Amino acid sequence: MDILVCMKQVPDTETKIVINPEGTGIVTDGIKYVMNPYDEFAVEEALKIKEKMGGTVTIVSMGPQRATEAIRTALAMGADKGVHLCDDAFEGADSYSTAKALAAAIKPLSYDIILGGKQAVDHDNAQVYAALAELLDISHVSIVTQLDVAEDGKSAVAQREVEGGAREVIEVSLPAFIACQKGLNEPRYASLPGIMKAKKKPIDVIDLAKSGLSADEVGEKGAKLKIRKFFLPPEREAGKILEGEPEELATQLVKLLREEAKAI
Amino acid sequence: MDFDIPEEYRILRDSIRRFTDRELIPINEEVEQTKKIPDGIIDQMKEMGLFGILTPEEYGGMGMTVVASCMIQEELSRANICYPMFISGNIGIGTMGIVHFGNDEQKKKYLPAMASGEIYSCFALTEPNAGSDAAAIETRAERKGDTYVINGLKHYITRGNISDVFTVVAVTDKAKRHKGMSAFIVEKGTPGFSIAKIQHSMGTDICQQCELVFEDCAIPAENLLGEEGQGFAIAMGVLEEGRLSLGARAIGIARRLIELSREHAQLRVQFGKTIAEFQAVQWMLADMATELYAMKTMLYDAAWRLDQGNRNRARAGMVKLFCTEAIGRIADRAVQIHGGMGYMEEAPIESVYREVRGMRIYEGTSEIQRLIISRDVLKNGLKSLDYD
Ligand SMILES: Cc1cc2nc3c(=O)[nH]c(=O)nc-3n(C[C@H](O)[C@H](O)[C@H](O)COP(=O)(O)OP(=O)(O)OC[C@H]3O[C@@H](n4cnc5c(N)ncnc54)[C@H](O)[C@@H]3O)c2cc1C
Ligand SMILES: Cc1cc2nc3c(=O)[nH]c(=O)nc-3n(C[C@H](O)[C@H](O)[C@H](O)COP(=O)(O)OP(=O)(O)OC[C@H]3O[C@@H](n4cnc5c(N)ncnc54)[C@H](O)[C@@H]3O)c2cc1C
Repeated sequence: MDILVCMKQVPDTETKIVINPEGTGIVTDGIKYVMNPYDEFAVEEALKIKEKMGGTVTIVSMGPQRATEAIRTALAMGADKGVHLCDDAFEGADSYSTAKALAAAIKPLSYDIILGGKQAVDHDNAQVYAALAELLDISHVSIVTQLDVAEDGKSAVAQREVEGGAREVIEVSLPAFIACQKGLNEPRYASLPGIMKAKKKPIDVIDLAKSGLSADEVGEKGAKLKIRKFFLPPEREAGKILEGEPEELATQLVKLLREEAKAI
Repeated sequence: MDFDIPEEYRILRDSIRRFTDRELIPINEEVEQTKKIPDGIIDQMKEMGLFGILTPEEYGGMGMTVVASCMIQEELSRANICYPMFISGNIGIGTMGIVHFGNDEQKKKYLPAMASGEIYSCFALTEPNAGSDAAAIETRAERKGDTYVINGLKHYITRGNISDVFTVVAVTDKAKRHKGMSAFIVEKGTPGFSIAKIQHSMGTDICQQCELVFEDCAIPAENLLGEEGQGFAIAMGVLEEGRLSLGARAIGIARRLIELSREHAQLRVQFGKTIAEFQAVQWMLADMATELYAMKTMLYDAAWRLDQGNRNRARAGMVKLFCTEAIGRIADRAVQIHGGMGYMEEAPIESVYREVRGMRIYEGTSEIQRLIISRDVLKNGLKSLDYD
């Protein structure tokens, strides 16, 4: 099986987000970047498929120079090689122009299945994989919590999470894009031998020229969406503590709920 | 000058950090109560290669640097010092003697199994009458035909109760004092060798100290490590790595204590404010963070220099001395910031406070470090600080 994993480097989930003064983005200084947590499930699943069926795992990522660290982390977990879409022209992309660039990098590759996280925890759009599948003319299954690839590698059965904890079972012919959800597996930790080996594994860097796309198809220029403004939700105000006898308290509370909170 | 951590090390550090955050910190209470690291965790540590960090690759190890070893131990210590202690024989004195002084057969026989964690190793030097003055050991090894017969008593031997292979230092020629000491590989279960008792301590006792007894314990002569008379050199040979390891562990513990103290200070309200708003508490946090920065900087400087082949006992001694004394002060302040909670078993502070007390004693007491450092300053000036 030739297995691809689309992986993005995102700010650590514990990052305290600060909006820049212009409101056009977040302050990136001092942010720690990690592999998108949902992509960890995708990498793990890819490694499991490889262990069971043989083949190779290729990590495909679009991002600035620093994203090599996340690619190497996936290589240290056991993936075989990386493809890094890296060019200033790719910056400022939306879901669509991201999918466009990924599709250009993926088209020349041979693949039987593509895995990725169900969303990236930075912008939380959850759209790239659907757009990518469309551009590659393959199916996609979203929010997958269980995956069984058929022995012949031609199809797979995926379970999806739906409302109320129910599961949907979908059979899909391959190649297809599988968008991974928490619960699919327990991602492994990069082992020390894995980390040592990762140093020597190849990462193919694809810039704009190599992608075969033009500058206005990708990044900010190729985006269909323009973000007008970033802002944080207002800080929660301190709670109010009421004092007095139970009867008075109840009256006060009802009054506040009606007049101030306008909840009743 | 570039003090940034290279990518390869960041990947390593993040992997161990994730493991620590997700697997180890959540089970801390359980591990302290049962005094046992769950088997599943030990298996994961083996899979990750943690028992072979410093063993050369040709013997199944990772052949990593001292910097890498320190980073790994620092991260693991954020959960509990028992994890680096658990691997400390296999990545340190229980194994490195064989790496540096063992012959081919000994290396092939023991190193791969030690690097994979299949067998555990430890190091037995200290005796009731010989602690800081290691050259005063009384355990004797006498050559008889193709065996050595060992008689004597060792104590405070960490993980003796779970180890499979022991490096034991004994006297082969009393007249030569430290030049008459030799090191031997003794396997668990050898007739005449027994664990007399487990010595309970004020620490968490997850990795325990033991008394070892040798009564006419005959071992094959080929179990001599290096040559007769090299025992003291073997014992002293890997002290620097060991001392830097203690610095790394102190740093990991300090980070955790500062994280917990900060959280507590920002949540705990007294006099209508969080206690983080009181300058007395702020200054404790400031001192803790400042000491951590000094610890971190000196450790990684020393570790990097050691990796460049620049061995220096005084420098390693300074790291050991400063880091283990600083962690004592940091733990004391963490208790103080937590108030009554810091003193009670309910919070994860008091056990750390007890545990770190030992760090000023083992791997050479603070006084012995000062002895080494002051001798060096008197002899060489500030050369060890690279002012040459
Ligand atoms: C938790 C723990 C784990 C250990 N694990 C091991 C192990 O795995 N293997 C092993 O072989 N040993 C181990 N030890 C033993 C450890 O190395 C010794 O405890 C240590 O070297 C001190 O020796 P001692 O306890 O005999 O104290 P002593 O040497 O009796 O020291 C008592 C006091 O006198 C001071 N002192 C001694 N000599 C001087 C001097 N010349 N100048 C100034 N002050 C001096 C010391 O600093 C100390 O304050 C362990 C000890 C502990 C506590
Ligand atoms: C062993 C033990 C026995 C005890 N026995 C009793 C008992 O018999 N009866 C009883 O009633 N209580 C008892 N206590 C409770 C004890 O009196 C409190 O623990 C103590 O007053 C501290 O309060 P706290 O633990 O809530 O810490 P906190 O008050 O939360 O203090 C936390 C930290 O904040 C600092 N801090 C708080 N306010 C300020 C400020 N304004 N400026 C600067 N720093 C500040 C404190 O000094 C401390 O470092 C006992 C406690 C212990 C540990």
